Amino acid sequence: MVLSEQDYRLIAEIQDGLPLSSRPYAAIGERVGLSEQQVIERIASLQMSGVIKRMGIIVRHHELGYTANAMVVWDVPDDQVDAVGKKLGEQPCVTLCYQRPRRLPAWPYNLFCMIHGQERNRVLEHISAIVKAHGLDHIPHQILFSGKRYKQRGARYL
Amino acid sequence: MDKIDHTIINRLQQSFPIADRPYLQEAEALGISEGELIQRLQAMLEHKQLSRFGPMYHAERLGGGLSLCAIRVPKEDFERVTAQVNSFAEVAHNYARNHEFSMWFVLATETPERIDSVIEEIEQLTGYRVYNMPKEKEFFVGLRFEL
Repeated sequence: MVLSEQDYRLIAEIQDGLPLSSRPYAAIGERVGLSEQQVIERIASLQMSGVIKRMGIIVRHHELGYTANAMVVWDVPDDQVDAVGKKLGEQPCVTLCYQRPRRLPAWPYNLFCMIHGQERNRVLEHISAIVKAHGLDHIPHQILFSGKRYKQRGARYL
Repeated sequence: MDKIDHTIINRLQQSFPIADRPYLQEAEALGISEGELIQRLQAMLEHKQLSRFGPMYHAERLGGGLSLCAIRVPKEDFERVTAQVNSFAEVAHNYARNHEFSMWFVLATETPERIDSVIEEIEQLTGYRVYNMPKEKEFFVGLRFEL
């Protein structure tokens, strides 16, 4: 989808949040010179094309009790990454799963998944259950729990 | 936070209506008034339980750059490096992790090319190598927190 200058104005206008008022899209329209209906149509089409992944709440998960957050990194043979990545991505407790480049020799891991939990022991149990159920014992992995959060501002692109 | 707040969080992490009275529409589904829904969202934002209420953008489709980066920072240097890294507006979030690769942050930039230049600037300022680990393939994205 090719974005117009007006799309970018709209995107910039709402990137920090929607107005908390009864007709939020009308309020945005007033600021960018569009009608309520035009704003609704543009936002709907931005969402349809995937520029907007979703609208709604983005939580601060630490504040909501999700403090045991593990990034599990795996050193998977290249020809198995797709199969293992797909499998990990299907686990209900896995919230994100990506392939990333190795940075040898210091960093041999090429598959990353996140497990966000409320208790560290439960998260560790989940991980060993996954390893066992899917025969991943032979794949070296490490579990990096998050410690202090030093910044959570959200991405700004404009 | 009570049960209604939890239901609001669970529902509005899925989607939010794009219609002329979106709060009213959601409030009706929740069995509360439009005013109450707005007030509760306001309160959760004020109490910093919500990071934002609005759109979540797809960086690449917006023409932007996005990458996960890590630095091996020794404990005694952590404070200084944190302050320096966080001084960049392009750093969206930054977490300490229990590993030799101890600092993990996400860069979100206006253009993909800017990722490399921000990394260079961070390396110069901190004196540490930044390991750039951009996403190569996505297997699953479903970051939701059920309450």
